[in-house]
Amino acid sequence: MSTTQGLRDWLLTEEPTSRRQARYASWYKGWLTLRSNKLTMFGLYVLAFLVLCAIFAPVLATHDPFAQDLGQRLLAPGENGHFFGTDSLGRDIYSRLLYGARISIYIVLLVVMVAPLVGLIVGTVSGYAGGWIDVVLMRITDIFLAFPRLILALAFVAALGAGIENAVLAISLTAWPPYARIARAETLTIRNSDFIHAIKLQGAGPFRIVTRHIWPLCISSLVIRVTLDMAGIILTAAGLGFLGLGAQPPSPEWGAMISEGRKYILDYWWVATIPGIAIFAISLAFNLLGDGMRDVLDPKEDNS
Amino acid sequence: MSAITIKDLTVWFGTGAERNDAVKDVSFDVADGESFGLVGESGSGKSTILRAIAGLVPTWSGEMTVAGETLGPKRSKAFYSKVQMVFQDPYASLHPRQTVDRVLSEAMRLHGVENIDSRIGTLLDDVGLGPGFRFRYPHQLSGGQRQRVAIARALACDPSILLLDEPTSALDVSVQAEILNLLVDLRHEHKLTYIMVSHDLGVVGHLCERIGVMKDGRFEEVLTVEDMRAFKATSPYTRHLLESSINSIR
Repeated sequence: MSTTQGLRDWLLTEEPTSRRQARYASWYKGWLTLRSNKLTMFGLYVLAFLVLCAIFAPVLATHDPFAQDLGQRLLAPGENGHFFGTDSLGRDIYSRLLYGARISIYIVLLVVMVAPLVGLIVGTVSGYAGGWIDVVLMRITDIFLAFPRLILALAFVAALGAGIENAVLAISLTAWPPYARIARAETLTIRNSDFIHAIKLQGAGPFRIVTRHIWPLCISSLVIRVTLDMAGIILTAAGLGFLGLGAQPPSPEWGAMISEGRKYILDYWWVATIPGIAIFAISLAFNLLGDGMRDVLDPKEDNS
Repeated sequence: MSAITIKDLTVWFGTGAERNDAVKDVSFDVADGESFGLVGESGSGKSTILRAIAGLVPTWSGEMTVAGETLGPKRSKAFYSKVQMVFQDPYASLHPRQTVDRVLSEAMRLHGVENIDSRIGTLLDDVGLGPGFRFRYPHQLSGGQRQRVAIARALACDPSILLLDEPTSALDVSVQAEILNLLVDLRHEHKLTYIMVSHDLGVVGHLCERIGVMKDGRFEEVLTVEDMRAFKATSPYTRHLLESSINSIR
């Protein structure tokens, strides 16, 4: 008890004595802000639960997600030890859902690592450099923005071939332009401020200014946008799966599972509904988390 | 030897028909260790001169020699270790997401200063901030404290010339006096040369030996502070400025 209290005091001290302490203290204060928002914490719990499900899928699953048993097809939830019933080929929906969480989270993480980074680089370079570089980069962004997202992703997948990796690539290629726009707008407001002039007067080059001084100010609004977009990314991935262009059967991707259940939706509602609820849960969790992140990452927020 | 020599400096914004000359054919010298004040109404071009010297405005013509270096369109790294600037608004001149420690250590690292940790301590001490301020963010500081941090950053590389762009005008009157006294002390300790821009004759009179009065981008006249105090201004505009500033004190 006394050690946790001591740690708390150490973290919340007004006058940190080392760089490390100051950094941990600001993280801890951010965590306290996040924790005070109940809805955000609910989102975080749901997300943590889904991630744990994905990690421990082999332990939690009651059946082999790929094992077909035509004698057991389209069983209602709870029948014969199948928690969520079985699909048209007699595969256990509960087990497929757990393994499907792995695929969905894998897709989201890959997209989230690629698209915002590309957008950040394009947007800040374009905003900071100005002139013809700005014109060229922004027109390219406009071209990508002009296409409906799913249609463009469809075209990419059609050209590259179906599969998870190509779906990720296609979603990333269609997801970066809004990030570039946001990053550019932020950069334009920052680039003429006195603190950028001041660091220029210290002899800093454009690379250092963009990566060390402009990026940190853009990242907060990008992170918020990313968490809000995660739901859309999952839905696009599910949409590609639904159209048969994402994960290929028999892989238990949630969108593909809904697509399979579509044929039986009137008589056997659970086949499509249960993966639908899973998609809904993860989208909602990301949305709630994104909302709370705004409070933590807003630079003007005084949480001292 | 003069630290700064400016000859026929013209600075403009915009091109073609929209060209607007903010500074027109201005010439002046500042001796080593001198403190030179630039006064005038807002829009008279005084801040623009500082920005042109610092290299923040690329559109200028004329001749500028600063610390023995004739300035071209680009400034060398050595230039920035000799000449530094303090900005008007301390709320805008510090990165909102960087601690005092980060601001100062990055400035020193860029100039290749060694013993950064101990130097930050002495630097904060020099500007009258205790070690407790070291890991604060700008939003945890008052306006006067921020301006002290900005001055510390400017002093991080041990420059010989400081360009002061209305360093006190965004602050409360009581804090203004503190910052001005700090600048006076620092000048003696570090043997600095100042060019200070202000619209407040009292502030300039406290800190400077000579004053250039500007109007519409030109020098109206250059006079010493003694002459100003003795009311020996020759141009009618300067007299007008002096009178109005005396009236405002009464």
